[in-house]
Amino acid sequence: MINKKTLFDKIWDSHLVSQSEGQPDLIYIDLHLVHEVTSPQAFENLRLNQRSVRRPSLTVATIDHNVPTINREKITDPIAKKQIEVLRENCQEFNINLYDINSSNQGIVHVIGPELGLTQPGMTIVCGDSHTSTHGAFGTLAFGIGTSEVEHVLATQTLIQRKPKKMEIRTNGDLPIGVSPKDLVLAIIGKIGVAGGTGHAIEYTGDAIRNMSMEGRMTVCNMTIEGGGRAGMISPDEITYEYLEGKKFIPNNKDFKEVVDYWDSFKSDSESEYDSLVEIDSQSIEPMVTWGTNPGQVTQVSGKVPDPLDFIDSEDQENAARAIEYMGLEPNMLIEDIKIDRVFLGSCTNARIEDLRSAAKIIKGRKVSNNVNAMVVPGSMIVKIQAEKEGLDGIFKDSGFEWREAGCSMCLGMNPDILIPGERCASTSNRNFEGRQGKGGRTHLVSPEMAAAAAIKGHFTDIRNWNI
Amino acid sequence: MEPFKKFTGLVAPLDRSNVDTDQIIPKQFLKRVERTGFGKFAFFDWRYLEGEIPNPDFILNSPRYLGSEILVAGSNFGSGSSREHAPWALLEYGFKVLISTSFADIFKNNCFQNGILPIVLDSAAVSHIMSNSLSADQEAYMVTVDLQNQIVTDDLGLSKNFDIDDFRKESLLKGLDDIGRTTLLEKDISIFEKNRINRW
Ligand code: SF4
Repeated sequence: MINKKTLFDKIWDSHLVSQSEGQPDLIYIDLHLVHEVTSPQAFENLRLNQRSVRRPSLTVATIDHNVPTINREKITDPIAKKQIEVLRENCQEFNINLYDINSSNQGIVHVIGPELGLTQPGMTIVCGDSHTSTHGAFGTLAFGIGTSEVEHVLATQTLIQRKPKKMEIRTNGDLPIGVSPKDLVLAIIGKIGVAGGTGHAIEYTGDAIRNMSMEGRMTVCNMTIEGGGRAGMISPDEITYEYLEGKKFIPNNKDFKEVVDYWDSFKSDSESEYDSLVEIDSQSIEPMVTWGTNPGQVTQVSGKVPDPLDFIDSEDQENAARAIEYMGLEPNMLIEDIKIDRVFLGSCTNARIEDLRSAAKIIKGRKVSNNVNAMVVPGSMIVKIQAEKEGLDGIFKDSGFEWREAGCSMCLGMNPDILIPGERCASTSNRNFEGRQGKGGRTHLVSPEMAAAAAIKGHFTDIRNWNI
Repeated sequence: MEPFKKFTGLVAPLDRSNVDTDQIIPKQFLKRVERTGFGKFAFFDWRYLEGEIPNPDFILNSPRYLGSEILVAGSNFGSGSSREHAPWALLEYGFKVLISTSFADIFKNNCFQNGILPIVLDSAAVSHIMSNSLSADQEAYMVTVDLQNQIVTDDLGLSKNFDIDDFRKESLLKGLDDIGRTTLLEKDISIFEKNRINRW
């Protein structure tokens, strides 16, 4: 066997700045994304230590976490306002490109990177945000870092890293009709557990992945971190190149062929080796709903809330009992019997144009249940404008959804969009942690289609039984 | 960063697994632009009742754990968000060492960046420490952490070695920061940048 390399190996090896025995590697970073929440202390330290930004052109910033999704011009929370102003000042001082609130390119950092073509195969990408794994859908090595590392990248354009292990998650067969990429990734996390990918860069392969759109691949890679994975990645192919062609930061048509050849060289070689393999039978996957307080506490829509005693391990029993209590559920109740108060269609997991289209298809001509308050928060202004062009906003509004401006919104509730204690939400986001969407709030993670259907019915319902 | 020295400290238990960084420091405190001031908000939703009254049912509020410097917790501690505000909050709360059977990757990196030592031990050792720190018979259960020799000990017979990355160990012992260390490789970075074939 001569030198078979995976996508991960190829990117790692081509970004090695320095390597010495027993030490972690120093790797070069091609793209550094920045948002308002995890960067202020990094810039402040640069100033304190009289350091500069080494390559300002390789850092791009946007404002997403704090922004209100209505009346955006007037941010009433003074601390949020200050954080946003601090990012503006920092970007100006250090000469960094910022997509500000009124930019038509503003949006959630992991939505705008790909749609502007900043994210390109073969790159190393970091951001002070755990869902940076999203960008791996394009055949990049992309992962979240802390604020000290943000500072490190700003100052040196490199990162000190130990090489993670490599895991292959192979999907055998296509996903059945009515089953989405979100269901696939929730099923994967249910299988490997919330720490199953710890210390690993995960490459997703196989039929279901190859036949998946870029939006779907981003959803899968996005949630890699919820399974503990350091990075999620997918070898690039025609679907990748087609998505990227013509995007703002992609070289124009004349050179595009050459660029594609370069990107193509990063694909994993066939028969290259991984440290571990997880196989998924795609055909057996159903629409999924989380019942607990981490994304691994998940089951099929046709299933039941588990009985803690179903678990063998005593730690799992305790965790399940605690989660069921927090969630206000009963063991053995049917998932379809869980009634909801709110629906949140948004976040860097599922607020891209395709997600909105799928949800709109479900609700078209139907009305949101009287007991449900539902909202759509597009992932970016580009998504919002595109959706409006297609008339999706009208479909949502007619059925009773609120139609908002782009941002993270109720994914983490740093802006005014939050759950009140006890409220139960069907959410297309990625974390159902205690209090994530508001103290005492109860989050069930689902696909956009399942969230839309739940909005109509007022409770979870199996999308496969719907005539669309 | 302060160099990490051998010390003996009071242990506080948090007998839960998958404690995520949203629990360690909830989002409403992430709007601050400073690195300090997070300690009083650590574990906010568990720690306080309405009106910021300490919740008597939250274990760390028990007077016996006042002044603890070592936190022992269930597996996969620090999962979720990359927020470095979590280690900032823990450090300011007083924790210099965290002990668990496993930590989430980004959180672990963030700890090292702030001089916190995350120690991974096997489940028998973690249970030993957990049960003694919970035990009513042990008024003040203390553990000694010796990073130089990579060992944790107590007066009840615990003597357990732990693994740590050599690079991280050296940084902690000498109080070095990563940027300082990388700056020494400035030449390599410049060469890399020069040699990088223009991709198109
Ligand atoms: S949408 Fe949610 S998960 Fe994504 S970047 Fe924003 S807060 Fe993080």
